[in-house]
Amino acid sequence: MNIAIIDYESGNISSVINSFKKVCTNQNIEIKIEVTSDLKTILSSDKIILPGQGSFKNCTKSLEKIKGLKDTLNEFAIIKKKPLFGICVGMQMFADVGYEETETKGLGWIGGNVKKIDNKENQFKLPHIGWNELSFTSNSKLFRDIKEKSHVYFVHSYKFVPDNETYVSSKTNYSEAIVASVEKDNLFGTQFHPEKSDSVGLKIIENFINL
Amino acid sequence: MLKNRIIPCLDVKNGRVVKGINFVDLKDAGDPVEQAKIYSESGADEICFLDITASNENRETIFDVIKRTSENCFVPLTVGGGVRSLEDINKLLVSGADKVSINTAAVNNKNLIKESSKKFGSQCIVVAIDAKQKNDKWEIYTHGGRTETGIDVLDFAKKMEDSGAGELLITSMDRDGTQKGYDIKLISEIEKKVNIPIIASGGVGTLEHLFEGVKYGKASAVLAASIFHYGTYSIQEAKQYLDSKGIPVRI
Repeated sequence: MNIAIIDYESGNISSVINSFKKVCTNQNIEIKIEVTSDLKTILSSDKIILPGQGSFKNCTKSLEKIKGLKDTLNEFAIIKKKPLFGICVGMQMFADVGYEETETKGLGWIGGNVKKIDNKENQFKLPHIGWNELSFTSNSKLFRDIKEKSHVYFVHSYKFVPDNETYVSSKTNYSEAIVASVEKDNLFGTQFHPEKSDSVGLKIIENFINL
Repeated sequence: MLKNRIIPCLDVKNGRVVKGINFVDLKDAGDPVEQAKIYSESGADEICFLDITASNENRETIFDVIKRTSENCFVPLTVGGGVRSLEDINKLLVSGADKVSINTAAVNNKNLIKESSKKFGSQCIVVAIDAKQKNDKWEIYTHGGRTETGIDVLDFAKKMEDSGAGELLITSMDRDGTQKGYDIKLISEIEKKVNIPIIASGGVGTLEHLFEGVKYGKASAVLAASIFHYGTYSIQEAKQYLDSKGIPVRI
């Protein structure tokens, strides 16, 4: 199996690379992991990881800087319907639009927008940093063998607000119920960082690999 | 519910672990990668390395330590010490650090926090503040506590938040190495001033001190070095203790 981790200068991806490598070694699965922005390599991969750190605006801009990348991702995920896993801002970009810094158009894969978490007049610190609990809202393949209320690691100030709840697979609570993950057919996304979520996170990565 | 984090910190010099009393009198006690692994297996919510390597020729040792740690530990790794420039930050992140803590350069280079949080994202920029009490105020010290700056801690903390810092790591120079507990007043005053998470540091000698940091200091995370490093308490014991006192922790 070939897995491509999209390299589009969206921040630090070494932990993503390390975690996928670790899971593959543990599983003895023959998997080739490529960190790439090459369109042909991406399109011919079996699965894609779309990481993303920093702001919605910067990530979308970086994505657009690589000519043809957006179209390639569209072809891979929407036309060919092959599995794609968006992490943090990588997931947020599934939305139609983001409001971080300025209004920015997203990939438009899952209807909705990305806006700032309501900190209830400074009662809640932002960013939302640390370990919080998952509460499942649907039966996601990503969470096979993962217990309700498992802890995963979050770092974000903006939240994904979907037009309808159908594609939300889990939530977490921080000042309000916040989308922790989404799933729509072959599209998977987590607001939290599985690569930094210890054994629970590695299990989620394993589940994605074994889809 | 968001849990309060427990962060063991390892002082690293020339690629080896040390922990000093008041930043002097260092003892060598092991391989940082092995230590980090033990910590993450026993439930550490994050791991922090403070690189106190003095000489430039040995600076590279930290990158190998980070690389090997990040290949084996899957909880966030924060690295600080001697970070001066965007290039320094980039090198640490590429090696496998998830966050970088910046101390002296945050004071001396007024644009570094703004530029770095913009370039790499606030989530990986931690500003480390070393504070010493002066009358009824606190003052910023740099260079591992050796240089007085005359800068007011509360003003500086607010400025760092506005510049884009994702978290503040507050160390009381008066308490560091004393095992007398955090400077709760310092932590809570800063917590009231800013709306980003605070990591309390400096002075932990007992598990009760960790409790006080969260309960009275309102810190989002508590950092300690020697009580974990010398095996006085395990991370698990610390978590069970906090849990028994009603503090939300990841168990």
